[in-house]
Amino acid sequence: MAYNDSDAGVAADRPGPGLDSGPGRVRTPLRKSASHGLKIVIVGGFGVGKTTMVGSVSEIRPLSTEEVMTEAGRGIDDGGTAGDKNTTTVAFDFGRITLDSKNVLYLFGAPGQERFWYLWDQLFAGSLGAVVLVDTRRLKDSWYAIDRLEHHKVPFVVAVNRFDGVASQPALARVREALVVADGIPVIDCDARRRESSKQVLISLVDYLTGLSGRVQPAGTIGTT
Amino acid sequence: MSPRAIDRETPDRLYTVTHGRVLGDEDPFDLVSLIVAEREPAPGMQSEHAKILQMCHAPTALVEVSAELELPVSVVKVLLLDLLDTGGITVRHPLPGVTHTDGPTGLQIADHDVLKQVLLGLQRL
Repeated sequence: MAYNDSDAGVAADRPGPGLDSGPGRVRTPLRKSASHGLKIVIVGGFGVGKTTMVGSVSEIRPLSTEEVMTEAGRGIDDGGTAGDKNTTTVAFDFGRITLDSKNVLYLFGAPGQERFWYLWDQLFAGSLGAVVLVDTRRLKDSWYAIDRLEHHKVPFVVAVNRFDGVASQPALARVREALVVADGIPVIDCDARRRESSKQVLISLVDYLTGLSGRVQPAGTIGTT
Repeated sequence: MSPRAIDRETPDRLYTVTHGRVLGDEDPFDLVSLIVAEREPAPGMQSEHAKILQMCHAPTALVEVSAELELPVSVVKVLLLDLLDTGGITVRHPLPGVTHTDGPTGLQIADHDVLKQVLLGLQRL
């Protein structure tokens, strides 16, 4: 079932900034029967395509909102540029997929840098799982994200965003090796700009999770190298 | 103009909206809690409260309220708590206790039935 296909297509072509927010925008309300909000978090380095992925599969144009990080966020913000300021605002994007009459899935694009960990706590609490979106030209941008996900026992899959014109990219097996991703965890290719491809990434994640949650089914049987 | 003047601008505005209140230990909201208005905005009501009641005629996730009002999540939570305390809204929470711990991996995994519903929903897209 598709919602606002054309709208999502427009959003998919747009780069990260310039998201919809604020008055004057036409909102698309949920159904009256909507009762369960669910979360999946897409995490990755700056410019890797998180917002693009959210936009390509979301039924609404991606929205942006913000959270104020106060003292709690300072301990891990060792950037040294904050001076004595005691609040920082961090923006994050999200989109939405109506799954059925009751369930609504929200996709969050989360900045992967260390100083945003305070925000992550809110995003990951109760989330189904995460997609680590990877740019093979900047693999080390993903190290911290994977480390934190493992530490917090959040299940994840790794999706390699294949950009145009990058012919000689490393194979998935080499990405898995470089990121030290365990064998059971799916590592897959994607094109974050394409709705169908982004949808397959989400399906891979939930399929993996369903396998882990079911006693009978073996875990992590799909999309692996 | 010094950079500090700019830095202070947003916190001052937020202070006004919440009358300086912050959310205490009580935080009944998740980012995807669905908010439903139970009454119409009343005359004289704080404009942010009125806007929330208007936009939540249909269930609306907390993050969508935050994006629409252009206010940070923590500020929106304070406003929502006001409305919750006075019966202006009800909240449809994310499924309680959806996670369990996977034996071999120690991962936090959602309920099997919930995941199957999500999988079906995604496959139908």
